[in-house]
Amino acid sequence: MLNIRNLEATIDNKNILRGLNLDINPGEVHAIMGPNGSGKSTLANVLSGKNGYDIKGDINFNGMNLNELSTEDRAQKGIFLAFQYPLEIPGVNTNIFLKTSLNAVRKAKGEKELDTLTFLKLIKEKASELGIDEKFLSRQLNVGFSGGEKKKNEILQMKLLQPKLSILDETDSGLDIDALRIVADGVNSYKNKDNAFLIITHYQRLLDYIKPDFIHVLSNGKIVKTGNADLGAELEKTGYSSLA
Amino acid sequence: MKTEDLKNSKEYKYGFTTDIENIRAPKGLNEDTIKFISKIKKEPKWMLDWRLKAYNRLKVLKEPNWQKPKYPKIDYQDLYYYSAPKSSSEKPKSLDEIDPKILETYKKLGIPLVEQKRLNGIAVDAVFDSVSVATTFKGELTKKGIIFCSISEAIQKHPDLVKKYLGSVIPLSDHYFATLNSAVFTDGSFVYIPPNTKCPMELSTYFRINASETGQFERTLIIADKGSYVSYLEGCTAPMRDENQLHAANVELVALDDAEIKYSTVQNWYPGDEKGVGGIYNFVTKRGACRGKNSKISWTQVETGSAITWKYPSCILQGDNSVGEFYSIAITNNFQKADTGTKMIHLGKNTKSKIISKGISAGNADNMYRGLVDISNKASNSRNYTQCDSLLMGNKCGAHTVPYIKNNNATSTIEHEATTTKINEEQLYYCNQRGLDQEEAVSLIVNGFCKEVLQQLPMEFAVEAQKLVAISLEGSVG
Repeated sequence: MLNIRNLEATIDNKNILRGLNLDINPGEVHAIMGPNGSGKSTLANVLSGKNGYDIKGDINFNGMNLNELSTEDRAQKGIFLAFQYPLEIPGVNTNIFLKTSLNAVRKAKGEKELDTLTFLKLIKEKASELGIDEKFLSRQLNVGFSGGEKKKNEILQMKLLQPKLSILDETDSGLDIDALRIVADGVNSYKNKDNAFLIITHYQRLLDYIKPDFIHVLSNGKIVKTGNADLGAELEKTGYSSLA
Repeated sequence: MKTEDLKNSKEYKYGFTTDIENIRAPKGLNEDTIKFISKIKKEPKWMLDWRLKAYNRLKVLKEPNWQKPKYPKIDYQDLYYYSAPKSSSEKPKSLDEIDPKILETYKKLGIPLVEQKRLNGIAVDAVFDSVSVATTFKGELTKKGIIFCSISEAIQKHPDLVKKYLGSVIPLSDHYFATLNSAVFTDGSFVYIPPNTKCPMELSTYFRINASETGQFERTLIIADKGSYVSYLEGCTAPMRDENQLHAANVELVALDDAEIKYSTVQNWYPGDEKGVGGIYNFVTKRGACRGKNSKISWTQVETGSAITWKYPSCILQGDNSVGEFYSIAITNNFQKADTGTKMIHLGKNTKSKIISKGISAGNADNMYRGLVDISNKASNSRNYTQCDSLLMGNKCGAHTVPYIKNNNATSTIEHEATTTKINEEQLYYCNQRGLDQEEAVSLIVNGFCKEVLQQLPMEFAVEAQKLVAISLEGSVG
């Protein structure tokens, strides 16, 4: 699904990613761990197409050269990023944002756009799966949401848009244990043999709930170690310094 | 007119011209022109005298020049002051008699004049250059005693009301453009709502400038008698031309005891091309008097068009407990300029005013909020709340806020909040990551920014206005 070769990313003359290689197949869950400043969030931004980076190397996503696609093209083709800090958009009703987004993606796929009633039915269903109160959907997008509510809203969007590759950028940060469980349940219920996850995290905590197939350690812009789910627990004990 | 060049500009979809034979007054501003207008409208002598009084006053007035957007000197002797489709020299008695070309024009503009095809519950008065060509739903309104007609017709049929109220809010000698309008106004709408009557439908006037080298000077007068309510909306478009055209309207509102007037504007005059050539000079005087106790006047404006917009819809809060509101969205793109805001003059006790202004600038445009809140010594326990937000797109545009605040009463309070923000790249990225392209993202964010104002508009127009907001900003973000 995703094949990254020798990926380098530079921003403001700083080399952040320095020759990263990664392969993700459908049905897999990959976790990326690593110290602050190792390039984890940059990887998420580069994959989703954020402006401002100079990119070298190849990123192939289901046969497409990602470097040639705009941010919205990537989103429409099935790349989803759950933001570390979801943005507030004042005056924009959450429901309207979700509907606009879903219909943009559906339209790009050649599917029929949903009318308001059908959409509302769908969104209520998805929201209740995540234990999200309906009232929350008529509030302004992320405005005045708690950290946990913002992250749940990201997972709701993921389940709504049904991406092929979901990138979770430190979705666990700032979550209490209940919210963490809800987020993890959301991911686990969406996971299937056709989609894949790239979970960026600092802590083993989230990986207790979402079992990864692979854990990669990112350091200085490169993957320096790859292992199975047990690597996380090991890192909790030893820290990153021995790997860097 | 360089039609070929203008064809390339796809953004302004109302830019077409209707090829129709006109009756025009000879060019120039003089007594003969005023007499011509008065005669062709078969006005009574008192009206002509009123116009001439204004004209004499105009001779000693100077064109103001304190505004921020400057413009080349206007040669008032080189303008036409009256232009009307020949076919409507006698006002058609029914819709069937209207020139099909005019009907077609309004159809293209999305304004159905044929009543069967009406927008639900909206009566329309259509003004084409200098004349009102049609007013719909007159019968239905007449049953309730509501008068909705062109001002020309009102001068003939309801002279007492016109004499009593015309110029009572904007005096003859007010300022240059208002006085010019008083001398040469050609048509516009007249509304009278009788006591204790709620107008059963939205009233709407659609202004269309068609002829070239012609100024449009319309005059609107709305009177809400005791305990009545009316919601009124005006829309405006003009063809694309590479000349600048002057639009200097006067709008007067009078609300008596316990009456309420809601006045909404969606202004989409031709803004000029992306290089700043052509476009309408929209120099308009709008003023409402809350003359009675507990009366209320609410202005809502969505200003997206015109090369220069220069207007301050105002409220004079004379009656005790009266309320004035001003909700504004002003969008300027390319080389458009706006200097707009409001005046809230508190004279009565316990008067309240609220100002919500949203200015959006893109391209090389300049957007100014200028507003006055004046609480007199007699206006005890009065309150004003003002919120001015500016949104900048790109780094070549400007936003300015100039509030004038006078409070002469210690029991009254004035609150002013202002923000200036740049459209946030992170917000755009977030929207893009959810599959929205740049234009959808901008439209969503800007409509969110304007929400408090958009939700003041009647439902049907809110949807139109949202689309207009998006269209006005097309191509403004790289």
